[in-house]
Amino acid sequence: MKRRQIPGTTVFDGAQARKGYALNRMCYSFNDAANRAEFLRDEDAYCRRFGLNEAQRAAIRRRNVLELIAAGGNVYYLAKFAGIFRLDVQDIGAQQTGMTKEAFKAMLAEKGK
Amino acid sequence: MATIVGAITTSHVPAIGGAIARGLQDEPYWKPFFGAFGRAREWLEEVKPDIAVVVYNDHGLQFFLDKMPTFAVGAADEYRNADEGWGLPTMPPYRGSAAFSWHLIESLVADEFDVTSCQEVLVDHAFTVPMQLLWPSGCPVATVPVLVNTVQHPLPSPTRCLKFGRALGRAIESYEENLRILVVGTGGLSHQLDGARAGFINREFDQMCMAKIVEEPDALGAYSIPELVELAGTQGVELLNWLVARAALGGRVSRIHSNYHVPISNTASGMMVLEHRS
Repeated sequence: MKRRQIPGTTVFDGAQARKGYALNRMCYSFNDAANRAEFLRDEDAYCRRFGLNEAQRAAIRRRNVLELIAAGGNVYYLAKFAGIFRLDVQDIGAQQTGMTKEAFKAMLAEKGK
Repeated sequence: MATIVGAITTSHVPAIGGAIARGLQDEPYWKPFFGAFGRAREWLEEVKPDIAVVVYNDHGLQFFLDKMPTFAVGAADEYRNADEGWGLPTMPPYRGSAAFSWHLIESLVADEFDVTSCQEVLVDHAFTVPMQLLWPSGCPVATVPVLVNTVQHPLPSPTRCLKFGRALGRAIESYEENLRILVVGTGGLSHQLDGARAGFINREFDQMCMAKIVEEPDALGAYSIPELVELAGTQGVELLNWLVARAALGGRVSRIHSNYHVPISNTASGMMVLEHRS
């Protein structure tokens, strides 16, 4: 089936879900505060335990959302990773669009006018 | 027999829960959103529902990607909320009605919707935030979580969701007890959290949807999922939950109240109160 291409958008389909399974499974574990603490205590060991591939490990290390999505990450699970660093969806939005958070929020506010 | 008193649809983004937790409802940023709920609460006082059937999508609290049901129905006497990882306070448990839930499940499956039945559901912000908006001092009604997959494609089409909603309506109205049922559809409207298109909002499309959902919901069935993603954003597909709730109401409806405000967090917020029109 031919896929519709939408600029700046990755549809989280079966291919992405397969590619990102280990990464998303690790992020799903961050629902639990003890796991978030364990990740912070020894990030390398935690990532190894979930079997992240090199691209996923690098993207986690770089805290880079676009790279995490390219590596199969789903934003709802990635949000739990971001939560470890007290980052919200507006921080994530700013990072992905190359804006400051203030500029990203101003862009959204402008759409309300 | 049970009757459907109406439907409420509303956005559910976590930032709303954060604003409630910090008491920001009257701040200039939030007032245009929260201010719209006074009328909805007055209406709830008038129609006095016994049970709320809450149609929403899980965001990785209850379901992981190991098993992803397209449609799932809670079947418990209690539903717990839990830590989602980014700081919202955990809400007290919500009352369920297992007997009513099992009736819904039996009726839906007989009606060819082979739902996943769930004797435990951890309800996430998409359930708890709307309950807080409708009943700020605590949820007085029993609840039934109805979960639609809007996370991992393939998603059910808009047409399928309209059909599911109609089957849900038939299931509710065939329950023998004289209960008053509210249907709640949560999520939307246009927004996209992920990718270089993060921050995408489509006011024109949202407002068209809010008009069509009242008068001509089948017109929204014409959209494919890829078209919805393009027009409403990757998370704007939560419109599917609204379609289920609207279709459960069935027939002709009146709009009692509605609100549309941009932005709350990264989202175009929408809410509607709908009831049957005789």
